Amino acid sequence: MEHSALALRIDGLTVRRGRNVAVRDLDLSLARGELVGLLGPSGSGKTTLMRSIVGVQRLESGTVTVLGQSAGSPPLRHRVGYVTQDVSVYSDLTVRENLSYFATVLGVGGAEIDRVVAATDLGGQLKQLAGSLSGGQVSRVSLAAALLGTPELLVLDEPTVGLDPVLRSELWGLFRELARGGVTLLVSSHVMDEATRCDRLLLMRDGEILADTTPRQLLADTGTSDAEEAFLVLIERHPGERTEERS
Amino acid sequence: MSIRRTFSTTGRVLRQISHDPRTVALLLVVPSLLIGLVAWLFSDTDVFEQVGPAMLALFPFIIMFLVTSIATLRERRSGTLERLLSMPLAKLEFILGYTFAFGLLAVLQASIAVAFAVWVCGLEIDGPLWLLLCVALADAVLGTTLGLFASAFARTEFQVVQFMPLIVFPQVLLGGIFLPREDMPDVLYAISDWLPLSHAIDALNAVAGDTEDAAYVGGKLLIIGAFALGAVILGAITLRRRTA
Repeated sequence: MEHSALALRIDGLTVRRGRNVAVRDLDLSLARGELVGLLGPSGSGKTTLMRSIVGVQRLESGTVTVLGQSAGSPPLRHRVGYVTQDVSVYSDLTVRENLSYFATVLGVGGAEIDRVVAATDLGGQLKQLAGSLSGGQVSRVSLAAALLGTPELLVLDEPTVGLDPVLRSELWGLFRELARGGVTLLVSSHVMDEATRCDRLLLMRDGEILADTTPRQLLADTGTSDAEEAFLVLIERHPGERTEERS
Repeated sequence: MSIRRTFSTTGRVLRQISHDPRTVALLLVVPSLLIGLVAWLFSDTDVFEQVGPAMLALFPFIIMFLVTSIATLRERRSGTLERLLSMPLAKLEFILGYTFAFGLLAVLQASIAVAFAVWVCGLEIDGPLWLLLCVALADAVLGTTLGLFASAFARTEFQVVQFMPLIVFPQVLLGGIFLPREDMPDVLYAISDWLPLSHAIDALNAVAGDTEDAAYVGGKLLIIGAFALGAVILGAITLRRRTA
């Protein structure tokens, strides 16, 4: 396993989805162990960017290098964890059956299942069908599956959507803990308040990164007191061509 | 290729189905019910003796096609396929995992259908029964693999259901059930020669009437197997890790 200092390096990434440009000539680097928030309205290209990093997105141009290797290359499939916006667990399997299948695919043992179950606090639901769980519990099963095998980069697409504030706070606590252990996390959200929990913030709009900053810097730059307001101020400063190429 | 990952996928699919006892019951019982209905319908004629063997090919083929194509479509739609493709699972492992799982169900389904047709409905089989079972099995597996392949081209449930009339019905029409293949117009006969279900029905009729030797039936089995293998390979090729 080679040790590149960067967890992620993107150069000139452009992705087209249908007739729209979903990501436009984007450059980005993430250091290892960073907890990075990816914010932006829906349709701003967050999911497309994340799919490109995981290697399931067809690219128009540019390069995506993850942990020193080309995104989506076979060795990375053990080292990158991905939670899609969909539930992406089997609703007709129990929590344990779900996790043990994904564990077998990843080639990790039963101890890993116990570890991720403890981390996501799912011990009481192991024998329940995933389809019978609450929305918040299912997202935790999905997250647990992504934590199997201790990936070095975690790409989480709106992992806290639909969760109550207590659970959301617990999950961000878990993300922080993982980052402290050296895991790089890229977490998307459209809840701007979650921004304050990150080391670094990326604000996306119309396929471009509008701001690459820290929570404190963002508030200082925009002279606002919360992230949501700051985002609105930034958008006003960059009156982009929202409707261009979107006919 | 990892045998472990392939069979864990098979086990996972079977476990999913086992949580749904109604589907299992429908899968295993419906073909027999339909065969029983046909036998009853034609009870005063000798039609059942003529079409009965073909029924054994038809129902498992159609049902396995439908069930498989919908199961894999569901996997695409739920996001689990995208997760699996970002994990170290080979595409062929995924397709074969499904093929084995539904193939096993097909074995059970075909066994019950054959037993029901022969011992309950009184279908007369002059040739060896095990050979009949082999053909019915190959046919159900063919339905599974074609279903896997077809689901690659379907984005929605509506589309995948439409693939049944598109892929299955012509094979049924030209397979020799409605009209013996020899009596068809030349062009249709030539087309029917390229449809796998025709060969399955030929083989079942040959075993039922004991009109051909085992080598003939073996040849037909090989043809069915080749189509199934082709569908598996095409299914793996058309499954894309990167999508637009």
